[in-house]
Amino acid sequence: MSAQLNSEQALEAFRHDTRAWLEANCPPEMRQPVVDESDVCWGGRRFQFKNDAQRVWLQRMAERGWTVPEWPRQYGGGGLSKDEARVLREEMAAMKCRPPLTSFGISMLGPALLKYGNEQQKSEHIPKIARGEIRWCQGYSEPGAGSDLASLKTRADDHGDHFVVNGSKIWTSYGDKADWIFCLVRTSFTGKKQEGISFLLFDMESPGVTTRPIRLISGYSPFTQTFFDNVKVPKENLLGELNKGWTIAKYLLTHERNMIGGFGTQRVTPLSQLAIKSVGLAAGRLAEPALRSDIARFEMDALAFALTMSRVTDEAKAGNETGAMSSMLKYYGTELNKRRAELTMSVAGSEGLKFGDSSSEEPLASMWLRTKANSIEGGTSEIQLNIIAKNVLRLPGA
Amino acid sequence: MTLVLNDDQSMFRDAARRFAAERAPVSQLRKLRDDVDPVGFDRNVWKEMAEMGWAGVLVPEEYGGVGFGFVGAGLIAAEIGRNLSATPLLSSAVLAVTALLRGGTQTHKETLLPAIAGGDLLIAFATDECARHAPYHIATRCTGKYKLSGRKLHVLDGHVADRLIVSARTSGDISSRDGISLFLVDPKANGVTITRSSMVDSRNSAMVELRDVVVGEADVIGTFDKGAIVLDAVLDAGRAVLAAELLGVAEEAFERTLTYLREREQFGVKIGTFQALQHRAAHLFCEIELVRSVVLRTMQALDAQEPTASSLVCLSKAKATDVARIATNEAVQMHGGIGMTDEFDIGFFMKRARAAAETFGDQYYHTDRFAQLSGY
Repeated sequence: MSAQLNSEQALEAFRHDTRAWLEANCPPEMRQPVVDESDVCWGGRRFQFKNDAQRVWLQRMAERGWTVPEWPRQYGGGGLSKDEARVLREEMAAMKCRPPLTSFGISMLGPALLKYGNEQQKSEHIPKIARGEIRWCQGYSEPGAGSDLASLKTRADDHGDHFVVNGSKIWTSYGDKADWIFCLVRTSFTGKKQEGISFLLFDMESPGVTTRPIRLISGYSPFTQTFFDNVKVPKENLLGELNKGWTIAKYLLTHERNMIGGFGTQRVTPLSQLAIKSVGLAAGRLAEPALRSDIARFEMDALAFALTMSRVTDEAKAGNETGAMSSMLKYYGTELNKRRAELTMSVAGSEGLKFGDSSSEEPLASMWLRTKANSIEGGTSEIQLNIIAKNVLRLPGA
Repeated sequence: MTLVLNDDQSMFRDAARRFAAERAPVSQLRKLRDDVDPVGFDRNVWKEMAEMGWAGVLVPEEYGGVGFGFVGAGLIAAEIGRNLSATPLLSSAVLAVTALLRGGTQTHKETLLPAIAGGDLLIAFATDECARHAPYHIATRCTGKYKLSGRKLHVLDGHVADRLIVSARTSGDISSRDGISLFLVDPKANGVTITRSSMVDSRNSAMVELRDVVVGEADVIGTFDKGAIVLDAVLDAGRAVLAAELLGVAEEAFERTLTYLREREQFGVKIGTFQALQHRAAHLFCEIELVRSVVLRTMQALDAQEPTASSLVCLSKAKATDVARIATNEAVQMHGGIGMTDEFDIGFFMKRARAAAETFGDQYYHTDRFAQLSGY
């Protein structure tokens, strides 16, 4: 009991100090809502800070290790406990602080490096992720290997002290802006296709790497196709064991799915509020009953989903088995996000159709089109249902 | 508060699970139906349930209950749903107890609550007058001081109740929330006629007719003319517990279906290998997970009497109703021909899901109410 009291007191002291530090160190510009992509700090060799405040905020947070609060201090993390990290998140939210750094290094590669990396790899790569010095991209999908990812053909041939990589990756998010890539390659052509895959890390400035942007239906080009023509990769850049990359790939995918599934729960103006403005109320009810009904059903499902995210988090904290919940959250979260976008377009009517003009706000139509990728990227909805059928429901032959 | 059961709650649930499966399984409901049992549940089993703390789950310890609150009631209700256990839990231990706790006098509480918690007294709650749930549409008249006349539909366990709690219009328009009062009524009093209805789910329901039934000042539950405050609390309690029961119905129907998908062979393979069925099952799994979250959260909100509890009750009842409907319909479809037979149990689950859906508001009612409570 007294130990618990002490730890509660310590946590309150941490909250007090954190609040004071944030107050003193978070520039006022970094307490404004993120309006568009240029407000997001991705870091990396070639990153252009939008303003000095963005640069200073990253630098100050990185010095404390608070870009990655729960990672070990020795690799540039904050070394915070789960409770302390929660307090930090709460205090940042209360002060409306922007995240100092957003990156695939943080959300995807980092956890895999911490779990599977050797000491040399961890001390080489993790601090640069934490400080935002190196921006990573993900080399998974190929033109011929989408849902059937394990059939990938990009090959890494053994040349003694290095591999030579040949092939092509597609849907590489920000491949043209990234400094390094974590990449699935085929290192064996015999046996089960999952057992011939290795996980390589290499510099995008290596000779033989080229990228080509892919323009999407939303008008944006966040993805590239990436080509590898006799790219030399040192052997020490192999993460984990040779031909065991599939295990790492799956581990990393659960992090990616949690991230994509969480898109639907981001705080946005409730649909009903937009609809009240657009459609109006009649006797206290939205004036279009059929639309009202769909909006209410959506908002109820969204609340039920948010509660489920909380419950899964609480169960995990309590050490209870949560099963293959990442597939469930990814499937349901992305389908919800698409429903929200469809309903938002209905509420907006012809206003929502505006596209390609130069107003500063992101057009609704782009947002709507962008959501269509949510249930494709990181494993389609159908793949998630397959995984649930196999790993959770234990259905035969799945 | 976290969305995880504590150790006491987990133990309470495990005990409830064992007991319901052993002493009140689906086969018992089938037998009660086939025998056209005059009571509609097993009184000995209800007494045992009372000893387990079920009848007094919402009753504070000072009145002889176990005080496990709505979280506890929800855990029991889910097991009742899994086993389709016929019990007066909802009518007496949830609706009547909530009415007495919220509106009863000290005398009411002291005399009635310990007897309910002990399983020796059964009180039914008689309020709905429309076939489609419309809680404030109350035409039952109250003249003088006091004579009640009217007709109540779908009174759960009405034909075996020792006492009734009846809502009546004491002022205001026929559908206004103001002007409703609640009365304790003796079902043996002059002018009371109770007719048992035979229902699709083989559970107890009755029509109660009142003709100039005399009640006294001491029989008023809650504040005269302001009975809707108590009525709302009673209905929300019932809806939340029904949602928990529907969760159990959905879970059990789903698990039985998964077992069938793993065993049944057609075209030389287990039918569970077909992706058309796998994806429907996987989707249903996700929906049931959502219902688990909302039911637990709603029970916590009711226990803490949070201001948003009514919104959460709407979410629970609507979502549980909808998901139980899908789960039981899919169960029958995926079982194929055998699912249509009376000999096989799966149909019982679909029948109960429908009956629980229509009790105190279905998904349409509660979606509308959710929107209203959210300001649109």
